[in-house]
Amino acid sequence: MSVLLPGSRREALELLARSNGAAMPIAGGTDLLVHWPQRQEEHDRAYLDLSGIAELRPVEWTPDALVLGGLTTYWDVIRDARVGRELPLLAVAARQVGSIQIQTRGTWAGNIVNGSPAADGVPVLMAYDAVVVLESVAGREEVPLERFYEGYKQMRRRPDQLVVAIRIPRRPYTFQRFVKIGSRRAQAIAKVGLAVTHSAAGGGGWRVVAASVAPTIRRCPSIERLLEEQAAVHSPEELLPAIARDVTPIDDIRSTAEYRKLAMARVLFYDVFRGREQGAGSTDHGRRMTDNG
Amino acid sequence: MKRGPPSTGAAVQRREGLAKLTGRERYVDDLPLEDFLWGMTVRSPPPSPRGSITAIRFGRDVDWSQFVVVDHRDLPGPNVVYLIEQDQPVLAAGVVRHVHEPVLLLAHPDRDALRRAVHAVEVVVEPEAPVLDFRLPSRSDEIQYGPDNVLKHLRIEKGDVARALAQAPVVVEGEYETGAQEHVYLETQGMIAALEGEVLVIRGSMQCPYYVLNALKHALARDETRLRVIQTPTGGGFGGKEEFPSHLALHAALLALKAGRAVKMIYDRGEDMAATTKRHPARVRHRTGLTRDGRLLAQDIEVLLDGGAYVTLSPVVLSRGLIHAAGPYFCENVRIDGRAVFTNAVPFGAFRGFGAPQTLFACERHMDVIARTLGMDPALLRRVNLIRDGQSTATGQVINDGSDRVAVLERALDVSGWREKRRAHAAFNAARAPVRRGLGLATFYHGGGFTGGGEVYLKSRLQVAGLPDGRIEVRSANIEMGQGTLTVFTQIAADRLGLAPDAVVIAEADTARVPNSGPTVASRTTMVVGRLVERACDDLRRRLGLSESARGDSVRAALRDWHRAHPDQSLVGEVVYEKPPGINWDDATYRGDAYGAFAWAAYVAEVEVDLRTCAVRVTDFVAVQDIGKVINEILARGQVQGGVVQGIGWALMEECKWQDGAMVNNQLTNYIIPTSDDVPPIRVAFLETPYPHGAQGAKGLGELPIDGPAPAILNAIAEATGADPRTIPLTPERLMTIAEFGMRNAE
Amino acid sequence: MRNERDMTTNSAFRTPHSALEVSFTLNGTPTTVSVPDSERLLDTLRYRLGLTGAKEGCAEGECGACTVWLDGLPANSCLVPIYQVRGRRVNTVEALDPAAVAPLLDAGATQCGACTPGVVMTALWILQHPDVLATHTVRELMAGNLCRCTGYDGIVDGIEAARP
Repeated sequence: MSVLLPGSRREALELLARSNGAAMPIAGGTDLLVHWPQRQEEHDRAYLDLSGIAELRPVEWTPDALVLGGLTTYWDVIRDARVGRELPLLAVAARQVGSIQIQTRGTWAGNIVNGSPAADGVPVLMAYDAVVVLESVAGREEVPLERFYEGYKQMRRRPDQLVVAIRIPRRPYTFQRFVKIGSRRAQAIAKVGLAVTHSAAGGGGWRVVAASVAPTIRRCPSIERLLEEQAAVHSPEELLPAIARDVTPIDDIRSTAEYRKLAMARVLFYDVFRGREQGAGSTDHGRRMTDNG
Repeated sequence: MKRGPPSTGAAVQRREGLAKLTGRERYVDDLPLEDFLWGMTVRSPPPSPRGSITAIRFGRDVDWSQFVVVDHRDLPGPNVVYLIEQDQPVLAAGVVRHVHEPVLLLAHPDRDALRRAVHAVEVVVEPEAPVLDFRLPSRSDEIQYGPDNVLKHLRIEKGDVARALAQAPVVVEGEYETGAQEHVYLETQGMIAALEGEVLVIRGSMQCPYYVLNALKHALARDETRLRVIQTPTGGGFGGKEEFPSHLALHAALLALKAGRAVKMIYDRGEDMAATTKRHPARVRHRTGLTRDGRLLAQDIEVLLDGGAYVTLSPVVLSRGLIHAAGPYFCENVRIDGRAVFTNAVPFGAFRGFGAPQTLFACERHMDVIARTLGMDPALLRRVNLIRDGQSTATGQVINDGSDRVAVLERALDVSGWREKRRAHAAFNAARAPVRRGLGLATFYHGGGFTGGGEVYLKSRLQVAGLPDGRIEVRSANIEMGQGTLTVFTQIAADRLGLAPDAVVIAEADTARVPNSGPTVASRTTMVVGRLVERACDDLRRRLGLSESARGDSVRAALRDWHRAHPDQSLVGEVVYEKPPGINWDDATYRGDAYGAFAWAAYVAEVEVDLRTCAVRVTDFVAVQDIGKVINEILARGQVQGGVVQGIGWALMEECKWQDGAMVNNQLTNYIIPTSDDVPPIRVAFLETPYPHGAQGAKGLGELPIDGPAPAILNAIAEATGADPRTIPLTPERLMTIAEFGMRNAE
Repeated sequence: MRNERDMTTNSAFRTPHSALEVSFTLNGTPTTVSVPDSERLLDTLRYRLGLTGAKEGCAEGECGACTVWLDGLPANSCLVPIYQVRGRRVNTVEALDPAAVAPLLDAGATQCGACTPGVVMTALWILQHPDVLATHTVRELMAGNLCRCTGYDGIVDGIEAARP
């Protein structure tokens, strides 16, 4: 194996370009290092260590956006009180990523490019209309997160591009909710993740983003339409046809397709469709599966 | 509440506690070691749980001359890991009976090179029809053990069950299932083998140094004078380091003997979870005859255990399971029939509770099913049936220990706020919100020490040596794995001779230095072996020519005097286990006194069930038990709290997921154990009715706390939701399949 | 520190276990190690520097037995490539003041001890950063340290007892 240790963004982009896409960027390492001793074949490749690039770390508030750096960690966001006030789902989701030991190391950009359909950070970013800022020696490109994924672990990032920032528009929200259904309260991988927002501001409307129920994290247009149309929904079962159009859950090591569908329907019904009325002004923005309060 | 005589010494702080809290305690992988090889195992691959090995192919990209390679032909003695039945090979020889069976051993100085080499070996297995579901009868081509794949069949009978059931006004039936459970000791299995001169020395993580010694003696055909087994500080066991370390010790030994160098083997978590033992899955059926007011008339119980691919300890697990199956109740007519059956599963083995958690889950869940059928308060049903002094258990053991089992129950009800909370929950649930609350109860018992004649058979020996400086040294083979042996033995010995705790040295569990005081299992260490510590202290005092009342200064002075008078000699008090008077067991009829003493308990769980996700959260837990004299309250409370949380995990989230006989969720990300945020504070109370034959009046405690949580929690879920769950782990997925109740009831 | 190897040829990427010199501050002391670049911080600490307090319990950042402080924040050292600690501060359990753990000992926070060094690193970090308890509970903060013995009460009680 070999590791490239750039000291600046510019240098990192150059090294990446010269590696012809062979080098794998590494930020917090919380995904790449899992079971590392057992993954000997991964030891044979090249890595581009981003951890020394100070300019990728800071969080920036502009008049119309929150801009996370390519190295911004979950913990950076959890400790930013302004996030909790303005874009609270970011903090709610960040607190449910692994444990504090993971939160201090794992990055939002890493969560995006790891491409896991069970990611915790991606759903809330997508529900806030986040934009992925990619950069290569050839220049910058911006891709809305909702159009970033093309298939399981397939995404619109060229091997010579780095995620240098994530831009999240600042909007007033009338409804914000993140629900992670995991196998326990802490340190769980989502069996179903749901991030739901509503903003009346320009370009706003309902966003319903689901995790762990499709090859990629994705928006649920049929559910969103029901919400936009203020359709009358009387039971969770009535949501099942829309869910079937939007997502394709499977049986896997962590859960079953049937459970995922039903739990998604029930959470959407009780927490979103029923919760619409109470949503505005609520400070309860998120719930862990086992938080029953 | 009854209290035993107060201990004369103050409770002692955990002796190795500071070393553990500052990271200085050295576990096997932490020991300084020079010039050694790492060892690893090549295992038979999924998906063939049964078959013949037709080829072993060594990859071309590896320079095999750099590796030490061991297979079954390298065994000096019989290819058997010595245990109850001599059926399990040290290394597979031609056939495999489960996935991940060890086939080859490799050693190399570089751990990464070794990992690559392990992956470069291909073991080809020609598959045959495996048995993967222990509940189904075996077809003839699936028979692999005896005439019918039954590893062990046992039966306990009392009275006339058939007649009593025929005449009973009410009969309630039920079937209950429990899943495999992984120990998840935080320190994985690990062992170092090294030749020191002629002596093969094994150091490692283990509960039973003499089990390991016997296994080495047998398979290496090596006499005891050339073998030495030393237990290293052990990072959790829970039964998982009872029989399995014998395998790993043999593997490390074979590599070390062939290499002529020290070999260290440390399993990573994936191998540890996939290839080592688990708790036996079980199915238990109850048919119970009762009066209309809930008095037990007959208990007909059928127990089936998944025995896995080798016998291991299954017969004794079955035995303990059966003896506990009827619960802590009195019933004139009881029949308990049990079988452990062969399957091609990775072998199951010892796990805290040892069969009793499975049968007590069924019994206590069944009690609530009965209560619902009769329309009776579950606490009242238990109160009328709890065994009273003078009455006998299923094996005919007359209970006469002075413990007030109803008081244990009442205390649990009081502390948990049973009556008020049941009312409050009923009102809360009537609002038909998507969240429901419930309270559940379990009353149960656990026998301390080996079952039946086991302790007599063990003939445990223990020594207390008097040292020239006035200190004493306790020499036993019982080990510390977190449960507190070092501290409790210190306390028992210090109290007995009136010495300060730091005047007591606990010898390292080294077979070259300590006698065989038996394995560190079966809740026997404090109760049974602790009593040997007391008696060995007495023997030491006798050898000093002191009276029985001599303590403290007089003992210290006598020790110094003796050594001055006998320079360079050793002074050792030594005792052998003696059966307490009046304890009799007949193994042929399975009747008699199954255990010297039972600990009694009543646990109450409170839950919230989220009908949206079918997630269950335990919101309160009260654990009340009479364990005889509590020797060290902090340690005892810790045993209960840890056992309860392990039980919460087993009840709700710990699920081994199998595919063709292989555990596929062999990672801590996917085999889910509770975190600190998943469990409430566990509220613990003790009643202390002393047991005259236990150290200071103590009974066994270690296993008891894992018997009660699962039934108490499922009873609480049943109460909260109206559902009737019968299987654990009751994951949200499983609850949702039986919880059509959920959304119909919610508003 | 820079890796100056010429990146224009692909062969450079195939060298297994290239040696790397990494300088960092370990328990307050400037330290330089020469290690294969595929090594994890956990392995460097345990097998190269003899600091065996941190344990490998899972190798996937789940159990927390390998917890150290990296630049003053708790991190799983099994998930930290050694090259990422260059220029950083690493603190391990060995450097803690034994007096600080007394409340944990009194409360029964350790049993088998295998999770304990990691538990202590998180627990003492909480105690040194009591402001996090304004937003987090002790139980949430400790959720990254799996313990199979205590049921967590001894750990939580010990931290609560030591809270300023």
